[in-house]
Amino acid sequence: MSFIKKHEKLEKNSVLLLIGVIITVLIGGIVEIIPLFRMETVIEPVKGMRPYTPLELAGYDIYVREGCYVCHSQQIRSLRDEVTRYGHYSLAAESMYDHPFQWGSKRTGPDLARVGAKYSDEWHVAHMTKPQDVVPESIMPSYGFLMRKGAKLHDMADHLKALKAIGVPYTDDMIAQAYNDAMTQARVDGDNIGGLQERYGDTVNARDFDGNPAMVSEMDALIAYLQVLGTMVKFADYQPEPVPADAVPVAESEAK
Amino acid sequence: MSENDKKEIDQVSGIETTGHEWDGLKELNNPLPRWWLWVFYVTIVWSIGYWVVFPAWPVPSGATKGTAEWTQFSRLEKSQQDIAVLQAGYIENFKAAPFDRIMNDEQLYAFATAGGAAAFKDNCATCHGTGGAGGRGYPNLNDDDWIWGGTIEDIHQTLEFGARSGHPETRVSAMPAFGKDGLMSREDIATVVDYVANLPRQGHDLSSKGYDLFQKNCASCHGTEAKGNREFGAPNLTDGIWLYGGSKDTIYKTVYNGRSGVMPYWSGRLDDNTIRQLAVYVHSLGGGEKSEGTENGGSQRKPESPAAR
Repeated sequence: MSFIKKHEKLEKNSVLLLIGVIITVLIGGIVEIIPLFRMETVIEPVKGMRPYTPLELAGYDIYVREGCYVCHSQQIRSLRDEVTRYGHYSLAAESMYDHPFQWGSKRTGPDLARVGAKYSDEWHVAHMTKPQDVVPESIMPSYGFLMRKGAKLHDMADHLKALKAIGVPYTDDMIAQAYNDAMTQARVDGDNIGGLQERYGDTVNARDFDGNPAMVSEMDALIAYLQVLGTMVKFADYQPEPVPADAVPVAESEAK
Repeated sequence: MSENDKKEIDQVSGIETTGHEWDGLKELNNPLPRWWLWVFYVTIVWSIGYWVVFPAWPVPSGATKGTAEWTQFSRLEKSQQDIAVLQAGYIENFKAAPFDRIMNDEQLYAFATAGGAAAFKDNCATCHGTGGAGGRGYPNLNDDDWIWGGTIEDIHQTLEFGARSGHPETRVSAMPAFGKDGLMSREDIATVVDYVANLPRQGHDLSSKGYDLFQKNCASCHGTEAKGNREFGAPNLTDGIWLYGGSKDTIYKTVYNGRSGVMPYWSGRLDDNTIRQLAVYVHSLGGGEKSEGTENGGSQRKPESPAAR
């Protein structure tokens, strides 16, 4: 009964109890969090991933602002029916530049992890303007107002800088050219396609996404973002990393 | 609260108390039900086995792998293999069969249309509608008015590479923006729009100004008789079927701004078998045309196959 008596001491001394609670919570935290400090242990490197262009990033911000994640997930789970419907299961690396990630937790609408290049820009405009025009059974609200709102691009350099500070590999050149790159990608003003491709790769989509060449609207930005989702990794030459031979499973050695 | 270790028995119920007392209130120390306690112990033992067999503990190099080497991905692979085994009989045949044979083999045809119908709902219905009836800007696939061609090979090519899709082998053409790019004056456009809008009902009026303008500006793609040219993806303008709408307003917009509707490419996104199944399914919807050099390329088998419905 001496153990119970000690417990009584703990219960009657609030400072002692507090210290005990902190130690207990810390153990849980350390076990869960410490391995994540070494991201290379959980994010398998894949070819093709690049940070979002400034225009795509502006679209990403709109995606977050409008709460798209409330109804759309961005994670294809490794289940046969999902892979059949949406394509290759999502890789950790595919959302490593999202801050915060947009995995979502609920699918009122379909998963969007690989929606890029699946539909035409025109379709996206029509769908965003009045979803029921193209999908009669849809319950998605209209986002037509995005057509009429100019995308806020003048501070994209600051966005890039902030993301760089938390580990997204934007270069100084990318930050300096952020505004120009955004305008170039939407094909409204600025025509430095070469520079844009040099910074973000040859496959970057540069066109007038919303069909209105008069301005860079929020629709432009959002569609630029949607059209790149899930298209960066080329799965034709992706092979899951085999387990390294020297990594002996710990549980196994313990079992022996 | 009691400071001694002596067990205290509650007078009324005869059950031991916990020994704690708050303002005269004491708590009975009823034991946990035995069965519950044992289940609890068993789960603890079970979890130890679980740690050994399955991925469990985080370690600096990631996580313990477990003796079963189970991962979500190996599970996915296995479930895909299971399905592949079930489909093997069909798929192997289907892979090897040219379209010509699929069209004339009842089993292969049923397999293709059933698989195509499922893939259509997931991937195509968003634009072309659940039944393939299309919409404004998205062609109706149930009729025989094809823009790029309606033989099974044509449909397959459109599915695989798309139209203006950005794929290196895409079908590509452009309806010029006659007004925006200053190729025609507004009056001339209005005249030719009038002429085109009336084509389905009135046919060609060889003496009109619209006819002249049409021949000069439009006939090189849409043909001198305006019956279209599939090589350029130029629609037939005489059949009263309009992709974007047949009102004069809409046709004016089409001629003034041009049109460049996009059909995405599906090679790489869907596997080859699925694309071929889709081609057969779309061909079966009603407007499929016979391939050149074959007698039975048409959709002759469609209504009998229950899987196709």
